[in-house]
Amino acid sequence: MRRTPTSPVRRPGRPTGTVPAMTMRLNPQAGEAIDRDDTFTFDWNGRSYPAYGGDTIASALTACGERIFSRSFKYHRPRGLLTASHLDPGCIVQVDDEPNVRGGHRHARAGSRVRSQDTWPSLRFDVKAANGLVGRFLPAGFYYKTFIHPQPLWPAYERVLQRFAHGGVLSAHTPAEAERPRYDKRFAHPDVLVAGGGPAGMAAAVAAARAGAQVLLVEEEHALGGHLRWGGSADLTALADLRDQVAVTPGIEVLTDSVVLGRYEGNWLSVLERGRPDVHERLVKARAKSLVVAAGLIERPYVFAGNDVPGVLLSTAARRLVNLYAVKPGHRAVVFTANAAGDAAAADLERVGVEVVHVEDARHGGDLVRVLGRRGVRAVEVAGGATYSCDLVVTAVGWTAPASLLTMAGDVPTYDARAARFRPDTARLPDDVLATGVVVGDGDLEHLLAHADATGREAARRAAVVAWAWRTALPHRAAEAPPGTEAATRSEAATGTSAATGTGAATGAEQAPDADPVDVPDLPVDAHPELFRAGTHGIVDFSEDVTSQDLLTAVDEGYRGVELVKRYTTATMGPTQGKLEIVNTVAIVAQALGQSIQETGTTTWRPPYAPVTLGALAGRSREPVRHSPMQLWHERHGAVPLVAGAWIRPEHYGDPAGEARTVRQRVGIIDVTPIGKLDLRGPDVAKLLELVYVNRWSKLDVGRVRYGVMCADDGVVLDDGVTARLGDDHYLMSTTSSGAAAVWEWVESWLQTEHPDWRVLVTPVTTAYASINVAGPRSRELLSRLVEGVDLGPDDFGYMHVRTARVAGVDGCVLWRIGFTGELSYEVHVPAGYGLHVWEALLDTGADLGVRPFGVEAQRVLRLEKGHSIVGQDTDGLTRAFSAGLDGLVKLDKDDFVGRPELTWQHEHGDGYRLVGLRPLDGSVVPAEGSQLVEDGQRICGRVTSSRRSPTLGYSICLAQVAAHLASPGCRVSVRLPDGHTVAAVVTEHLAHVDPEGVRLRA
Amino acid sequence: MILLPCPWCGPRGADEFGYVGESRVRPDPGSTTPAEWRAYLYHRRNTAGWTRETWYHRMGCRRYLTLERHTVSNQVRSPAGDVEDTR
Repeated sequence: MRRTPTSPVRRPGRPTGTVPAMTMRLNPQAGEAIDRDDTFTFDWNGRSYPAYGGDTIASALTACGERIFSRSFKYHRPRGLLTASHLDPGCIVQVDDEPNVRGGHRHARAGSRVRSQDTWPSLRFDVKAANGLVGRFLPAGFYYKTFIHPQPLWPAYERVLQRFAHGGVLSAHTPAEAERPRYDKRFAHPDVLVAGGGPAGMAAAVAAARAGAQVLLVEEEHALGGHLRWGGSADLTALADLRDQVAVTPGIEVLTDSVVLGRYEGNWLSVLERGRPDVHERLVKARAKSLVVAAGLIERPYVFAGNDVPGVLLSTAARRLVNLYAVKPGHRAVVFTANAAGDAAAADLERVGVEVVHVEDARHGGDLVRVLGRRGVRAVEVAGGATYSCDLVVTAVGWTAPASLLTMAGDVPTYDARAARFRPDTARLPDDVLATGVVVGDGDLEHLLAHADATGREAARRAAVVAWAWRTALPHRAAEAPPGTEAATRSEAATGTSAATGTGAATGAEQAPDADPVDVPDLPVDAHPELFRAGTHGIVDFSEDVTSQDLLTAVDEGYRGVELVKRYTTATMGPTQGKLEIVNTVAIVAQALGQSIQETGTTTWRPPYAPVTLGALAGRSREPVRHSPMQLWHERHGAVPLVAGAWIRPEHYGDPAGEARTVRQRVGIIDVTPIGKLDLRGPDVAKLLELVYVNRWSKLDVGRVRYGVMCADDGVVLDDGVTARLGDDHYLMSTTSSGAAAVWEWVESWLQTEHPDWRVLVTPVTTAYASINVAGPRSRELLSRLVEGVDLGPDDFGYMHVRTARVAGVDGCVLWRIGFTGELSYEVHVPAGYGLHVWEALLDTGADLGVRPFGVEAQRVLRLEKGHSIVGQDTDGLTRAFSAGLDGLVKLDKDDFVGRPELTWQHEHGDGYRLVGLRPLDGSVVPAEGSQLVEDGQRICGRVTSSRRSPTLGYSICLAQVAAHLASPGCRVSVRLPDGHTVAAVVTEHLAHVDPEGVRLRA
Repeated sequence: MILLPCPWCGPRGADEFGYVGESRVRPDPGSTTPAEWRAYLYHRRNTAGWTRETWYHRMGCRRYLTLERHTVSNQVRSPAGDVEDTR
């Protein structure tokens, strides 16, 4: 990506000094990934540094001669580059407000502020390095051993230790919305996903796409190519050819700077996409029909004394610096090599003018002993005692197969002593996971490309088989109802689909793809010397500062297994997560235990393969809310919002007690739109109602409304509400606001699984209507001014009746005469688009009657005065119907209803709590909801479920669940208040504290 | 994530579905005993192998579907025959 050339960014007030020169920058290299026309500066620890476009933070700083980028975790030793890639444990830095950025991977950006992490007071002089001086006092398990006693002091220890922890700094200041990094998610459905965009990955992707597959090719680096990118001219030629093929082959989508984090059930793959222009990171959830793992190999560090001194590099790091970034990693080098990569590194260094003073060849018995130097390599001692003065030591001692994705798919890597690495056992992989490239075996480029080509074609073939299996595995749509029967016709009509035109049974006869499996050639496996640790001790885990001596100590102390040693020493538990250090860890533990590496085994690779931010997992910030059509009006009129599930609704308009008095004395209106509403049609609705409600429904006449309670089959109260019969085969059911979705599913489950023969069509209409309850002694007078076509007189429109009418000019409004508040009231369901119009019309028309809006809080008070219970508040997940004050409602003589057997037995035994009205004798005390009732001063015998001060009565009132023997009117109980005091209370005669006879309701 | 074959919508990720549970037979409420009824309410076979289960396609067609799933391999297939009476 080219940037507009920028002048060096200088922010006022910050020290910049002179901009250092790129003294270690080489002349242009054939395969370099930098753009020399794009120059800019960025800030490193307060000083301005130059960089080219395409430079990583590490390459830009190295080009200016910087060698120390961090301090190590435990001993605070100076650390430089090791891998010069995303994995590099020595170059984890803070960039602006973002901590833990991989400096070996992240591109330098003009004007950004980069700092080293966790150094104090500075990178050059870090006081915590004193830990290194006392290193022999910080052995394995030091923290466990030292800080665990005495236990009360742990919080103090923790505060001190926190200062020593790695992890960067998050600004306490939350950036403005526009400046905040944005994250997103995406779903992808490729036929073949190729994890790894090196030569094998590219060849496999091309082969799969040519075979007709849609391919997603994911590469962790900033460009396709893998190790070819830092190779010689033959490699670069091959790379250009492969890139061309990827570019011209249709059906390949390439994601660079992206990494497959994990593989889950059914090839569900999470891919982290970084560095997009629009969002900081994006999580791609990909369902791949087949997966090709072409993860390449990771070069392994060597364990010897001083192996973490700045200037000790892996051969791949040296080649990347020279060939990708045109950076000279040092002046005088000693190369320790056991393979072609090390030889090539030595040749690269010589070519660009680094003096290679010595090549120590492990294939001929060579070995390293120790590096001398502290802030940088001064010299290295090799086997035999010779010491070479140098500032760069390059090691090439072997490879680790990053088999994470394969392990997540069921593979168990086995140790191949001849190749000196764990290799995946591809025979253990499921059919939809394949592997290719050097993660599987060795061979020259031709071998690898042939293997990848065959693997890609086979992946496409298997993807086609999977696609066929997905299409044909679909169950028949109407197992209980063959096509043409009444039930089948009903369900087809209900979903608007027909089996004949859908994706279901009609395709069941499709032939399986019959292409022959592709013959994938075997890859040769090259012999490689086994090199893990020299005769000296050094760092094994560079992130966690775990030495080989620590591992031996752990084994000595009885941790006789690699998983135990890992947990005790924290080896492999740092940011590199074992990718660099696992094989060395296993080898050293195996040696200490006197067993083979295969016997010792490896730790388990688990997702995520690479670090992922919580932002990427969370995705974009999105919290859907529901509003009634009147919500804006409420807000404009001072409503205090109440979050009720997904709904935002008015809790009150500033004076809940006054609102309640308005309803008792005049008339109030409340927005009850969230009440669940189900439109039920069909000849069998009455059967459905008889089944799901505990009470009786067969005799409900057209024009009538009835209250009903639903229980589950365990007898526990599930929901309640009123249902109206609008026509012979047409009902409107209401549910609690919070139960709207669950009741719909509940009703559908009984219809679809137990009674598919019943003819009932259920349509949720909760938001199709705006619902307004008009309550109070003057509600009839108010509503009669707006209603046309219906006489509201008590004889024509009695309590528990329903009418359809025109209200304020709006046709199709449904009026229920019910009374949750205990007052004469009408619930008006208005087609939602006219909700606000009718609401405002009621307020305008009723101004002279003193009409006021009231909120949920006033409604709660009013219903408590009336003794109406709320499911989920006055009942809980154990409350059966006879404990909820519903004795009169449950019709045990019905043949069946959901919960009938349990309720029959509850009725016979009379067990469980009872819901009662309760009045504290001291009417000024309102016991908190949830307060326990106690008997004999200690035994819990119930609890307060609802409590308020009644504005109508002027004293406190409650509903409570109380043990059956205390449930009779006049019984006295003690209420234990949260502050420990108790208050005496008496069980009232009725649940209702106001108007128990219902005179007001039936007015 | 498991992929489930919805007969109406095609193969979909399991996160679109609600898991209702092992398919079971509701005893006749008129003649059932507490032991039988509570076995229906609370006892599950929890088989390591093929089970018949009900799923609800909550984020899709909102149909309940019955299928057989191998609880070890998560293979899924169409159900055959009636629900086995596990009482």
